[in-house]
Amino acid sequence: MRLNSDELSMLDGKQGPARQKAMELLVKYGEALGAERLVDTNNICAGVAGSAPAAREFAVKAGNMDAVFSEFHLDSAESVEIPDVKAFSCHINQAIDPANWRIQRVPPEMYELCMRHEWFFARIGVQLLNTCAPYLVGNIPIKGQHCAWMESSAVPLCNSVFGGRTNTEGCESTGAAMLTGKIPYWGYHLDENRLGTHLVDVGFDLETVMDWGLLGYCAGEVVQEKVPVLNGIKQIPNLTRLQHFAAAIASSGGVEMFHIVGVTPEANSLDQAFGKKRPTTSLRFGSVERREAYEKLNSSAKDSNVDFVVLGCPHYGIEEIWRVCRLLEGKRIHASTNLWIFAPRAIKDIADRSGYTEIIRNSGAVLMTDNCPALGQVSPKGVRVVATDSAKQAHYLPALLGFSTWFGSQEECVRAAITGRWEGELK
Amino acid sequence: MKKIILHGRKVVGGCAEGEAIVTRQTISGWGGVNPMEGTIIERRHELKGQSFKGKILVFPGAKGSSGWSTTFHTARLAGSAPKAMIFNQMTTKIALGAVVTHAPAITDLDRDPLQVISSGDWVKVDADKGIVEVTKKD
Repeated sequence: MRLNSDELSMLDGKQGPARQKAMELLVKYGEALGAERLVDTNNICAGVAGSAPAAREFAVKAGNMDAVFSEFHLDSAESVEIPDVKAFSCHINQAIDPANWRIQRVPPEMYELCMRHEWFFARIGVQLLNTCAPYLVGNIPIKGQHCAWMESSAVPLCNSVFGGRTNTEGCESTGAAMLTGKIPYWGYHLDENRLGTHLVDVGFDLETVMDWGLLGYCAGEVVQEKVPVLNGIKQIPNLTRLQHFAAAIASSGGVEMFHIVGVTPEANSLDQAFGKKRPTTSLRFGSVERREAYEKLNSSAKDSNVDFVVLGCPHYGIEEIWRVCRLLEGKRIHASTNLWIFAPRAIKDIADRSGYTEIIRNSGAVLMTDNCPALGQVSPKGVRVVATDSAKQAHYLPALLGFSTWFGSQEECVRAAITGRWEGELK
Repeated sequence: MKKIILHGRKVVGGCAEGEAIVTRQTISGWGGVNPMEGTIIERRHELKGQSFKGKILVFPGAKGSSGWSTTFHTARLAGSAPKAMIFNQMTTKIALGAVVTHAPAITDLDRDPLQVISSGDWVKVDADKGIVEVTKKD
């Protein structure tokens, strides 16, 4: 890989041991990719590595956050002192909700570990957005901006909707990027890789958030990590619909970039979306494919008694909280059911001031921040059956926490929380 | 015993040999693998319940969460990582995952490894030279 003088000075250790470790990792990573060089980045979204039990044990044994950061964010077994970040960096979800960790049944030592992690990140200059949806609370990439983002649901939005340029990064590469302001110039940083590969002919009028989740779940399984181009979209989707589409397509597949003809910034036309390329495959999304995706997402569930309802994956913005509150106001959720709603901390502040948090609390539900059940592996006691409006949670929860999971609309989920029974169906 | 030689590009250097575990389906790291045991946990995955621990993992590529690398990183620390990785589709998830697994990894092979290698075959990987030697089990 070709390195410039600034990069070489970091690699030679002239800017301290941590930036040296970071540059060593970026070189190994860049060479693994086959990248020719690095690119400057000043927009990094990075997450916590520490929610897995092995990482927690490591952190407890290591005793200090420098060692944890060295291992899990720089791939360095040697503990080095971590200096301030060089580039604008934001923290995505962490493992717990710092306000509701007791309700989430998080052990006190886990809470303390997570808070130590958070303080450490703040001390080195990482912004504690603490959300999988950083674009809701102050980090909207600009078209053409080179980014280094984690979070598989946010990456396709960064590339496709905002026109930023990122690959799906991991804890180690974002750790290195924060300290150096560099990331391999590869993949979606380059024009030619941003062109469409697969044509998705949408033959169904997508109306609801659920429809967009189903389209994503169907398309991801077919196109895997390629670049689908949606054609035939008649209604301009709002951000929530695109959030659910992106989260679904990056769960059943590994999509990091998509185009919607007439909607997204690099797809004013089919010709622009594909450039000189021609689609390698075409697929159709009609009512049959929609039903297949619905049935796959609901294949783990049989029992209609629901004990846990999860909303806000990806994290809800204020619009969805407002919608939920219109369904919940004046109602009580069922005695044997829990309703947890997830949002960024900054959005919860708006919900507090708007009276929504009170409506949610009065119903018996909880508005939570900073994490989600799948990432934190947190849940109420004795849960067996979950309902969610998120294709992503429906995909991951059965495998991660062993829950059978119903997938449906927000309205069906709120109804299940109130009645304790799943009555969702595909209309 | 029938031997087949494949040539490819080094992703991570080093040599390893062992029994192959092969899937035609992409693998989710976080949420698809239990890193403590190296087992596939994704529902509807053809390898569900099987472990790649100490084996040569042959697969098309990575999908899913950006926690892919952390999952394989954690598997290495837990002693449950694969001995080597052979794959087709390069992505940042898999490149970073391979780097932090500290195990030899190869891609861009001259024949499709998913066609040539079957689970149970004995596979030698010399990633520095870009060579994969497959001894068919039958």
